[in-house]
Amino acid sequence: MSPSSLYSHHVLCSSIPLSKNVQSFFSAFCTEENIEQSISYLDQEQLESSRREMIGLQERDRQLQCKNRNLHQLLKNEKDEVQKLQNIIASRATQYNHDMKRKEREYNKLKERLHQLVMNKKDRKIAMDVLNYVGRADGKRGSWRTGKTEARNEDEMYKILLNDYEYRQKQILMENAELKKVLQQMKKEMISLLSPQKQKPRERADDSTTVLSDVEDDAGEVSRESVWDLSCAAVREQLTNSIRTQWRILKSHVEKLDNQVSKVHLDGFNEDDVISRQDHEQETEKLELEIQQCKEMIKTQQQLLQQQLTTASDDDTTSLLRDCYLLEEKERLKEEWSLFKEQKKNFERERRSFTEAAIRLGLERKAFEEERASWLKQQFLNMTTFDPQNSENVKLFSAFSGTDSDRDTLTVHSRPRQRQPHSVCRRSPVSTSKLTKSLPTSPASDFGQTRSCASEHSSSNALNITHEEAKPNQVGRECLSQSRSLVPRPGSQEGCYNGCPLTCTNSHVEEDNLL
Amino acid sequence: MNFSEVFKLSGLLSKFSPDGKYLASCVQYRLAVREVSTLQILQLYTCLDQIQHIEWSADSLFILCAMYKRGLVQVWSLEQPDWHCKIDEGSAGLVASCWSPDGRHILNTTEFHLRITVWSLCTKSVSYIKYPKACQQGITFTRDGRYMALAERRDCKDYISVFVCSDWQLLRHFEADTQDLVGIEWAPNGCVLAVWDTCLEYKILLYSLDGRLLASYCAYEWSLGVKSVAWSPSSQFLAVGSYDGKVRILNHVTWKMITELAHPTTINNPKIIVYKEAEKNPKLGLGALPFAAPRAAARSLSTTETKYEVASMPVSLQTLKPVTDRANPRIGVGTMAFSPDNYFLATRNDNIPNAVWIWDVQKLRLFVVLEQLAPVRTFQWDPQQTRLAIGTGGGHVYLWSPAGCMSVQVPVEGELAQTGQLWAHWACLILGPHWPPTDPQARAAQGPQWLSDPVSLQVISTCSPCAGI
Repeated sequence: MSPSSLYSHHVLCSSIPLSKNVQSFFSAFCTEENIEQSISYLDQEQLESSRREMIGLQERDRQLQCKNRNLHQLLKNEKDEVQKLQNIIASRATQYNHDMKRKEREYNKLKERLHQLVMNKKDRKIAMDVLNYVGRADGKRGSWRTGKTEARNEDEMYKILLNDYEYRQKQILMENAELKKVLQQMKKEMISLLSPQKQKPRERADDSTTVLSDVEDDAGEVSRESVWDLSCAAVREQLTNSIRTQWRILKSHVEKLDNQVSKVHLDGFNEDDVISRQDHEQETEKLELEIQQCKEMIKTQQQLLQQQLTTASDDDTTSLLRDCYLLEEKERLKEEWSLFKEQKKNFERERRSFTEAAIRLGLERKAFEEERASWLKQQFLNMTTFDPQNSENVKLFSAFSGTDSDRDTLTVHSRPRQRQPHSVCRRSPVSTSKLTKSLPTSPASDFGQTRSCASEHSSSNALNITHEEAKPNQVGRECLSQSRSLVPRPGSQEGCYNGCPLTCTNSHVEEDNLL
Repeated sequence: MNFSEVFKLSGLLSKFSPDGKYLASCVQYRLAVREVSTLQILQLYTCLDQIQHIEWSADSLFILCAMYKRGLVQVWSLEQPDWHCKIDEGSAGLVASCWSPDGRHILNTTEFHLRITVWSLCTKSVSYIKYPKACQQGITFTRDGRYMALAERRDCKDYISVFVCSDWQLLRHFEADTQDLVGIEWAPNGCVLAVWDTCLEYKILLYSLDGRLLASYCAYEWSLGVKSVAWSPSSQFLAVGSYDGKVRILNHVTWKMITELAHPTTINNPKIIVYKEAEKNPKLGLGALPFAAPRAAARSLSTTETKYEVASMPVSLQTLKPVTDRANPRIGVGTMAFSPDNYFLATRNDNIPNAVWIWDVQKLRLFVVLEQLAPVRTFQWDPQQTRLAIGTGGGHVYLWSPAGCMSVQVPVEGELAQTGQLWAHWACLILGPHWPPTDPQARAAQGPQWLSDPVSLQVISTCSPCAGI
């Protein structure tokens, strides 16, 4: 649409009273060219606003008219009521009149009758004509009316009244007692309901303190109330007051819960803290099932246990079952004992063999010593006759054995220097193996080795054998014997053993020192 | 239900003996004593004049027949038919006559209530009580028969005298704080006396046996007040029915109102059962036919079988617009009765005349409403079971129990049916041409009308029982 056409359109329409919609439609087309038109529109806006005002005022007018009508109605009602009251008064008045009239009539009759009576003196005798008098209903004789009977009547009357009062009082007391019981029970239940709140210190601080204080008070109250169970006003007041306070606390608690629930609904579900009701319910159901199952299991186990304990079993089974809980341990203990005994036996055996071996060794050593002595003698004799040959022999030894020859020389002179071989012994484990070949020819040289071996072996043996400290002597002997016999033993140091009968006693002493 | 044959009566003068063995009925001046089981006449006595009132003594040995016109009272013995006794009041006239609880004294109220004469059958002594009040219920005996309370009026003030029945000694005499006493009644436990004032003044006073005022109750002022009063059998409650159509129940501990029972015209509570009497086979416009004589129409109405229907909520009941400018308007709770087991209270609101309201006393709320086609004339509880019999004056008697309700048609002969009104009386259905005596004095003197021993209803059913059972 061209603006000109628009303009013409506007001009045409300006004469028509504009509605809001139309105006909004036109305002959308407010351009520079349409300023004049928009101004006219503004005027129309004012018109609109004034129209709106008018409508508002009309509304108010309507409301006020309504109110007016209501007031009129009220007034009418009041008037009706007044009318009704007047009617009532009127009906009362008629009733009054009616009664009055009746009384008047009666009065008149009375008057007439009296009049007649007065007139008619010779009247038929007012009498009772009876064939014979009948006995009393209760069979007793009639009694005279005396002061006594009056007193008796009074007494009876009061008795009747008293009985009635006592009966009613009993009823009321019973009712009271029942109600008191109910109230006390209620109070206890309320306290128990509210006390788990003690965990939350912040908001519920007030509640918990009040609950606590009430609990304390009530603990004392209970004992008191049981003593004063009759209707003592103070006790009654205390009971009612405590119930009121508990109820107030409970109410406030419930209100808080309601608020919380409503807040949750308003804020939407915070899924971290809150789970949906269904889930919650499902969970609780599951848990309940579990609890049920566990309970059943416990029950069955208990039953079985009971059966076990209570059933009268025969002797075999009782003897079997005696101390049945410790059976495993007992078995284990037995096993260990048997093992221990075995070991003990073994050790006994070994000890015996050792002792035998030691004895043998001793004997052998003796023999050996004797042999050695004889050999030495021979040697000595040989040496003194053929010197260069012996010295060569000696050198041969030393060349043959290497480092050992040093030792040999050392051992030859071992007597004056008996202490030194200690240190030599310690350094010599490596060389001992070499000496195995040279065993038969140089028994003296092996002294140090044997000692060293002995010392080592003794120390190792000392480690193995725990309880017997006399063993080192035997060990020494053993070593010596072993060296003689060359029995292969687990320890690789056996080869070094060379018996040295001469020095056995010394070795003894030294071994002792070593150990 | 079994129905016996119809036998003639006059003036609704038929009473069962308190032990339930005999039925005394009188026609004109003849008194017939029948055996209840066979209805055979055992004794027949003849009195000197037309009998207006008969009453059995409490031990069922004597019957008194009062003839008010002549001022005579004749007493007959059942054991000795030859024995006779005649009491002549002479010029004093006779307005009411009743037995004392021990069955050996007769209290005659002379005309204009000038005095009450106590005649003894055992001794020659005669006692006079002066200035008895002429009101609806001026004499009341305690249930155990020890004491009698009498309302008196002297110098425009009301007094109450308590007498010991054994020797007629005056025990207490005190002024009643009423403007114009209308009725007195002992509580069943014999320790409290309820005294209520004229309907122009709402006032209920409660006096102890020894004459102390225990409490006074007033619900409102100016409007018409108390119309009827009933004690509950346990003496726990005192129901006060008033002209505003409400029953107020007072409790015996504080003598304060514990609840108000209202009788609304529209019932909308689904918990309440409303039984409406409806015709089984509604006549198709028979009454509109020109040849149907009014007699026949009436007969057809009486022989129509009816049944009870359970009405659906909301139920609106027929109401009468009372004529407000007349005295003793037909509004308010005029009849009330507690069931003997203290569970129910039956009431009738006079401006809803067709309905009987049954209230549950335990819960103090409305239980059942029975709406009849005709205005309810009388209702009475069974002394042994929880059953209520309702009579409307038509050809039916209605029975209600917590199990349900029943409408029983009484097979009646033509003439009687027209004029007769049914009066429900436990253990027997009596058809009589007259309504219960309106003379308040006579009614006061009647005393309990139910039997101690419930003889079964002696009427054979020819109709089928109805809805509800």
